[in-house]
Amino acid sequence: MAESKHPDAAAIPWWRRPKPRSYMFQAAVVAATFYALYVLTSNVIANLRDRSIKTSFDFLNETATFAIPLNFFPFWDFTLGESVYWDVFIIGIQNTMLVMLLGIPSATILGLVLGVTRLSPNFLLRNIALGFVEIFRNTPLLLQLLFWHFAFFPPIYNSLPAVRESILMGGAVFNSAGIYLPSPVLTSAAGWALAATLLVAATGIWWLRRYAHLRRMATGQGLPVFSYGLGILVAALALFAWIFSDQITVDLPAKRGLNYSGGMRPTKEIISLWFGLTIYTAVYISENVRGGILSVSPGQSEAGMALGLGRIMRMKLVVLPQALRVIIPPTISQYLNLTKNSSLAVAVGYPDITNIWLGIALNQTGQALIIVFMTIVVYETINALTSLATNLYNRSVQIKER
Amino acid sequence: MNSKLLIAAVAASMAVAGVASAQSIDTIQGRGELICGVSGGLAGFSAPDDSGRMQGVDADYCYGLAAALLGPNARVRFVNLTAKERFEALASGEIDVLSRNTTHTLTRDASLGLNFTYYNFIDGQAFLVYKKLGVKSALELDGARICVQSGTTTEANMADYFRTNNMSYEQIAYDTSPDTTQGFENNYCDALSSDTSQLASIRSELANPSDAVILPEVISKEPLGPVVRQGDDEYFNLAKWVLFAMLNAEELGITKANVDQHRSDSGADPAIKRLVGTEGGMCKLISDKLDDACLYNVIKTVGNYGESYEKHVGANTPLGIAREGTPNALWSKGGLLYAPPLR
Repeated sequence: MAESKHPDAAAIPWWRRPKPRSYMFQAAVVAATFYALYVLTSNVIANLRDRSIKTSFDFLNETATFAIPLNFFPFWDFTLGESVYWDVFIIGIQNTMLVMLLGIPSATILGLVLGVTRLSPNFLLRNIALGFVEIFRNTPLLLQLLFWHFAFFPPIYNSLPAVRESILMGGAVFNSAGIYLPSPVLTSAAGWALAATLLVAATGIWWLRRYAHLRRMATGQGLPVFSYGLGILVAALALFAWIFSDQITVDLPAKRGLNYSGGMRPTKEIISLWFGLTIYTAVYISENVRGGILSVSPGQSEAGMALGLGRIMRMKLVVLPQALRVIIPPTISQYLNLTKNSSLAVAVGYPDITNIWLGIALNQTGQALIIVFMTIVVYETINALTSLATNLYNRSVQIKER
Repeated sequence: MNSKLLIAAVAASMAVAGVASAQSIDTIQGRGELICGVSGGLAGFSAPDDSGRMQGVDADYCYGLAAALLGPNARVRFVNLTAKERFEALASGEIDVLSRNTTHTLTRDASLGLNFTYYNFIDGQAFLVYKKLGVKSALELDGARICVQSGTTTEANMADYFRTNNMSYEQIAYDTSPDTTQGFENNYCDALSSDTSQLASIRSELANPSDAVILPEVISKEPLGPVVRQGDDEYFNLAKWVLFAMLNAEELGITKANVDQHRSDSGADPAIKRLVGTEGGMCKLISDKLDDACLYNVIKTVGNYGESYEKHVGANTPLGIAREGTPNALWSKGGLLYAPPLR
């Protein structure tokens, strides 16, 4: 019998055909995954039972048996004796996100300045920046936080007068125990109105920029977008304050017991943590910035010079837009690191999620498995969202091939 | 630290081999050393001396338990733990016993899979302040900023106390005892709250101890003692009786110095004979894997409870906590320490 060069498809056994085979392998992988999950789960349950450890989500609705320090931004407030463990969890997330939202912009700005300075033609500036970067890049963050908190800041705070001789200045209070500022208190209607006002102002500024761009394209004449934009913002806020003046009150710090309370208060703990994280992250970002700038061919800058642009304008209009696509991807990692590094907050006593949830709440309730799991989910979610947002921005600055 | 905690928690719940099974005595004897979880940084309880040897009443318990299991002056490996790490370290089998000034509470007893033995120090929570604050009583602490070490019973006691007295306060929680002390020294808080014994230890290490004062109010009960895992009753019994033997030895007047004399004295009091292992076979009753002289070995290694107390925390130490009139005196001298009869 002569061998057929193209065997009849129907003659191949079904288990050797590509489609059924791929289905079979996929089914095997799915089954193996579920089996692994099953083994893991039943192991956890069996081991918890063997060790007589009781695990349940019920503790979330129990009253928290400890106090959380005053928040700088009390979006979700804590009342001793009323708040439950669920509130502790939310406040932990709030405090972690607060330090992240403060730290990312400040680290970015400082990193940009340091990175550009390291390429400055000025010998002194360039080398000061180099020394700064090397010092803070080569030491552990924990050490830096302890340095700021226990060595750098205390002499500054302690040079302020004691609580009894506090400096009172237009409602604000300064003493060695802390800084207390008056804080505006809005009714909930006024709060929503403020949000709406800001949204309207932002839309207005966006239209202004668009108009200025179109006008420049059409006529070659620019507009002072920055001052006009600022004008729009101030006008909107003034209008808001005028209309809602009866719904805005001011909470002034007042002495209660040994210390002042009330008002708005940048605590010493958040200052140390923010300062430490900003500097540590900024030196890494500055290296990204420097690398990004060096990746742009010097011909580009020279072309800018030929057009008569000054150094700053060259950097702003020619070099940075091209450097951004190199700078951004590694900088995203630094943003994620900043969030994760904020878990060192306990070293300076700042009530972030690791301190009050993974630390205090875990110890008070003993619910290790659930609390550790919830904490992982929080960090995972915050970082996934940060990654998503910055990746979207990254896409917008990449070269668009035509 | 946090990664350690996480690993311990995951390991505790996922390890396939059950570590809580009733084999602790075999495991420790096979290994030839006892692994003991301590604070490692608390003078008088567990802190290394100049030669690097761990010293303190908590450390002494570990030396005693090791001696009962493995013979006099047996090897002990100390693992320093923070307040937060301690229970996971015990549950996961990383340590054999936790002797780290740990308070016995219902929650810990019932939900963590632990067994509390007895108390080697009966304590209570108080406040340490600088004299210049001008506060004479804890009731004047309204609005105070208070530093505490995170992961202890301190936070909950304080919350109860301030709520009961309708006062407000601000809690600043640090991870370790040295950080908490630094926070206090650098004016990040007006007061530091912890157990009285710890406050005495912290105060003794301040730049100028006489600047600070411990306020008179004691706001909680803190019975501190060694802890073992649940599920191994034989080992649990031994862990209890090591401590009871140290207390009974003090009652009977047996010391590290005269224990040999008692052991060789054939005409000794029967109670003494049972303790030093020349009569009654007490150790064999606890476990047949133990030597008849197991409790003798304890006293031979660390002495009785009173000796250990006076050596590490008593009036003549930097901590200077006089024992007389406190709960830590023997029951026969008006204190609370009462060991069951060794028979």
